Amino acid sequence: MQEHLTEIIVFTFLFLLVSGMGFVAARWRRPTDLASLDEWGLGGRNFGSWITWFLIGGDLYTAYTFVAVPALLWGAGAMGFFAVPYTIVIYPMVFLVLIRLWSVSHVHGFVTPADFVRARFGSPTLALLVAVTGIVATMPYIALQLVGIEAVLKAMGVTGHLPIIIAFAILAAYTYQSGLRAPALIAFVKDTLIYIVILVAIIVIPAKLGGWGAIFDAAQEKFAATPAPGDGILLNANNQLQYITLAFGSALALFLYPHSVTGVLASRNRDVIKRNMSALPAYSLLLGLIALLGYMAIAAGTTPIGKDNNTIVPRLFDQMFPDWFTGVAYAAVGIGALVPAAIMSIAAANLFTRNIYKEYIKRDASDADEARVSKITSLLVKVGAVACILFLDTGFSIDLQLIGGVIILQTLPAVALGLYTRWFHRGGLIAGWVAGMTAGMVLLYNIGNPVTGKLHFAGSAFPLKNLGFDTSMTIYAGVLALAVNLAVAALGTVAARALKMADGGDTTRPDHYLADEGDPRIKDLDLTPGSPKAH
Amino acid sequence: MITLPVNPNGPAPPGPALSQTWETVLTVPNGDRSDRSPWNWLLVVPIVLPLLPFLFNSDEPRLFGFPLFYWLQLAFIAVGVACTTVVYQMTKRGR
Repeated sequence: MQEHLTEIIVFTFLFLLVSGMGFVAARWRRPTDLASLDEWGLGGRNFGSWITWFLIGGDLYTAYTFVAVPALLWGAGAMGFFAVPYTIVIYPMVFLVLIRLWSVSHVHGFVTPADFVRARFGSPTLALLVAVTGIVATMPYIALQLVGIEAVLKAMGVTGHLPIIIAFAILAAYTYQSGLRAPALIAFVKDTLIYIVILVAIIVIPAKLGGWGAIFDAAQEKFAATPAPGDGILLNANNQLQYITLAFGSALALFLYPHSVTGVLASRNRDVIKRNMSALPAYSLLLGLIALLGYMAIAAGTTPIGKDNNTIVPRLFDQMFPDWFTGVAYAAVGIGALVPAAIMSIAAANLFTRNIYKEYIKRDASDADEARVSKITSLLVKVGAVACILFLDTGFSIDLQLIGGVIILQTLPAVALGLYTRWFHRGGLIAGWVAGMTAGMVLLYNIGNPVTGKLHFAGSAFPLKNLGFDTSMTIYAGVLALAVNLAVAALGTVAARALKMADGGDTTRPDHYLADEGDPRIKDLDLTPGSPKAH
Repeated sequence: MITLPVNPNGPAPPGPALSQTWETVLTVPNGDRSDRSPWNWLLVVPIVLPLLPFLFNSDEPRLFGFPLFYWLQLAFIAVGVACTTVVYQMTKRGR
């Protein structure tokens, strides 16, 4: 720990500075009253392009990404680069979808995807399923942010769980105090730090290692020497399908996560969202370059601490940078974990409050009640995430995250397709959800890893030969599960119509999906008692 | 320290002329407003390109030491930005 003293001092200083900002954030952008869910949880829904860019960016590109993606390239090679096509296809794909969600949410005052589903399909049951799916998928995601912080702390020689508990206590306190404003403000610092660190890293490290060509050659040599058939700096015939289905499936899943929706709904109008969909890929470039840190670590002969591959990037920084700058880099990762963790816990809390508490526990809850319950739930969610880290091993939380991606995909027919069509019957959607969820769990359960000897939940690459195909190709389990879900939802809809089963009502109208800022309906419905509105 | 690139009230709201246009648009029935535009088809390009591994799954030609696999996929980011920007510019409503 002694030799890391400078790093620890720089890290602690920046961390505390940012925490201070988190508390001040409550006073930022005229929040005269945070005692309503709109104000606390969606920042009053008036964030412009810049803030939205930082907020969504800070939300989607998490500390875990910065630590785990390079670790994946370090270990498996080209496969880990799926993060790049994933974050390219996502934006054009949701460009048109999210503006419809924004409009209908602002006309009706929806805060969560489950709110929308309830109104669209007239089914509290379906809404409950969507809400529970969202909460369950988000929890391990928050826990993973801790894995990012933990990797950095480990690299500084700080062991034990106390520092993480302190970090999360601070996070919990300022999220409670400032709501969505805290992560939005902190995201500026986080991204500035990360951009600086990465720019320095991609200039300094290749120069020290003899150029990019040498880095890729070193990686190729390493993979050629390993017995594992799937690795290499290029894809092989068997993992190409996995590569593209994983990229595509992950992209489909990303904006179904409640925290992504929160970031989108907080923006001011439809144009802000569109502009962001064209500006957010700047982060993808950053992510692509960060991913290559994994190969730099190979060329530099970096070794992880113990068997924890996530420490590869922190170790590489330690090896390459002067101590004070390593401290800055560590702070970037640590702070990078706080922004998404805050947004995720707010989103999960909103789901609980709106779709479980208000729906099933206290129907006449006032705005102040909702805001209070949401704040307390966001605390509980974080305590749960810390518990995940303290009581389960790290490997297990990564598995949970993997499962999270597969299960959140099962809300696609109701949430994403629901924005376009009301064709599905609520009974069909519920049946589809159950079938997709079951299929997803069965597939994941049957994925083993012969190298580590793990029999179940060892990855997301499902071998097609298990389905009777004569091939060694693998495919992303989430996409298969979604296909089952869609098929059952469609068949169920046809069957429900044939049997004349009662369908729920639809309180949305086609023009609600087109409304924009300035529309009188938006103005009216966005006003909630007890919250002086910016509009 | 950090300066925020926004004024406390958010980016400047559209000018009075613009808002007035909006009011007029909104008083007429909504049938004439739609998200449909032929420009939207341009969004298909950045969705499909990165999902075609035969385009980029190769070491040669290298660019600045980067194998094709890496530099071409990074270049697709620029394609994505270009396509979404064009669609945004051609379909934005604040005009």
